[in-house]
Amino acid sequence: MTAGYNFAYLDEQTKRMIRRAILKAVAIPGYQVPFGSREMPLPYGWGTGGIQVTASIIGSDDVLKVIDQGADDTTNAISIRRFFAKTAGVATTTRTADATIIQTRHRIPETPLRAGQIVVFQVPIPEPLRWLEPRESETRQMHAYADYAIMHVKLYEDIARYGHIATTYDYPVIVNERYLMRPSPIPKFDNPKLDMNPALMLFGAGREKRIYAVPPYTIVKSLDFEDHPFSIETWDTSCALCGATNAFLDEVITDDHGGKMFVCSDSDHCAERKEKAA
Amino acid sequence: MNAISKIAANDLPLLSVRQLDKSFGARTACRNINFDLWPGEVLAVVGESGAGKSTLLRCLCGDQQPDLGQVLFTRRDGSISDLYDIPEPERRILMRTDWGIIHQNPRDGLRFGVSAGANVGERLMAIGARNYAEIRRTAAIWLERLEIDVARMDELPFTFSGGMQQRLQIARNLVTQPRLVFMDEPTGGLDVSVQAKLLDLLRSLVGELGLAAVIVTHDLAVARLLADRLMVMQGGAVVELGLTDQVLDDPQHPYSQLLVSSVLQI
Ligand SMILES: Nc1ncnc2c1ncn2[C@@H]1O[C@H](COP(=O)(O)OP(=O)(O)OP(=O)(O)O)[C@@H](O)[C@H]1O
Ligand SMILES: [Mg+2]
Repeated sequence: MTAGYNFAYLDEQTKRMIRRAILKAVAIPGYQVPFGSREMPLPYGWGTGGIQVTASIIGSDDVLKVIDQGADDTTNAISIRRFFAKTAGVATTTRTADATIIQTRHRIPETPLRAGQIVVFQVPIPEPLRWLEPRESETRQMHAYADYAIMHVKLYEDIARYGHIATTYDYPVIVNERYLMRPSPIPKFDNPKLDMNPALMLFGAGREKRIYAVPPYTIVKSLDFEDHPFSIETWDTSCALCGATNAFLDEVITDDHGGKMFVCSDSDHCAERKEKAA
Repeated sequence: MNAISKIAANDLPLLSVRQLDKSFGARTACRNINFDLWPGEVLAVVGESGAGKSTLLRCLCGDQQPDLGQVLFTRRDGSISDLYDIPEPERRILMRTDWGIIHQNPRDGLRFGVSAGANVGERLMAIGARNYAEIRRTAAIWLERLEIDVARMDELPFTFSGGMQQRLQIARNLVTQPRLVFMDEPTGGLDVSVQAKLLDLLRSLVGELGLAAVIVTHDLAVARLLADRLMVMQGGAVVELGLTDQVLDDPQHPYSQLLVSSVLQI
């Protein structure tokens, strides 16, 4: 641990303030709790909300995993992992099963999570009604009265226009049969993992200064219609590296001649499967 | 059917307004307003600009709390409450199921970012409809009823003419089959011929559906055509209230006389 920083960078008072927001968020699943977001040594859009949440909950015996779009080895994931290794002196890992805290952008790991683990999501836009209603005072009322018809209007419009619900990322959910929530830009493929998950899920939006949560074993339902039920992406191919057929696949361009292949977006999951197969 | 026989047929008013006052600072917009509205009855509110018509309408429909007085409404089960005593969620449900609000400017009453079908379907979804095909079927019925070509169901409202937008707004409100509709100059921005068509349509709908309505208008011809009773407002007060034909043919208050004589005889 480097001298000159407080443990995990943030001062204790700030961490306490953020923890209070987290506790409130856990008590009211899906509800966006405002908090006094601090300046962090990286710009908004790089996960400042998630980093502040992680900094507030991390302890010296935690094991941290950081992923960006499913991968542990992207610049952003590496720099956040180093940041906490340096400021909190914690152990880091790429293995989902070994981590106690997983900070993520845009994915939920494929390896099933277990009780005691915490997933911290980086959230760019927390308010699911913002596209419709720019006024905070109005969206607060809509949440207060669970006045969410407009979200179904949006899905209706998708079906009328494209024949199916076209939303594939940040697909809106109802948490605990009450609050409408943006799950952050994870693919809808990951939405079912939010439902009744044994792990605690925390969501931090730095620029918009909001924290919300899905506590363990909470009902999370993706919005849909009876005759156009929610469904996840499927591929008619398997991962070119590990052969997985039930994982979220990324399309990778392999050459300049239109060559491409599909590989797991969760690099740890993919590597582990290859190891086991070998 | 005239207003009297309607009253005889239904023993409870839909709406009872008692000693309603509303001011903005020193300016009184509504002063001591009292009246009952009966099921199936159409009441027109006329008066010069600034008389307080829109303010009254907003107080009646739940948009603006009066300073004093009561707006009592009767639910379908016969129970009566003050509109401003019930919890906000209940008021919201009432406003989107049993009541309708049609604004003068379609911009205030429609969503311009989504299709005509979505505009009509919204109220159904708000009360829990979750079957896409059924929502669409019901929306199509109401579009047809308002003489909007169902083939244009997936178009955005800005591609519609002013008259169509207004009819779309009405379809959007009627889809939940409300008992009471509030309209603030629903034909205000339209050409005369389009106005006439819309009025015709409104008149037949009100008759067929047994709708009660409060219609604010500048136009005595609108009142003559649609309203059972007529309320004349001046300076925030009701100066005359009676059967439409009686008030128009034999106005009692000097201001009503002025109003009636100042427009071409209808
Ligand atoms: N939000 C407000 N703030 C201040 N004054 C208001 C407000 N709304 C209405 N008023 C005032 O209340 C009075 C009644 O206004 P209202 O809009 O009800 O009249 P109106 O009869 O609907 O007129 P018009 O025929 O021009 O639409 C006017 O003097 C108006 O200036
Ligand atoms: Mg007005």
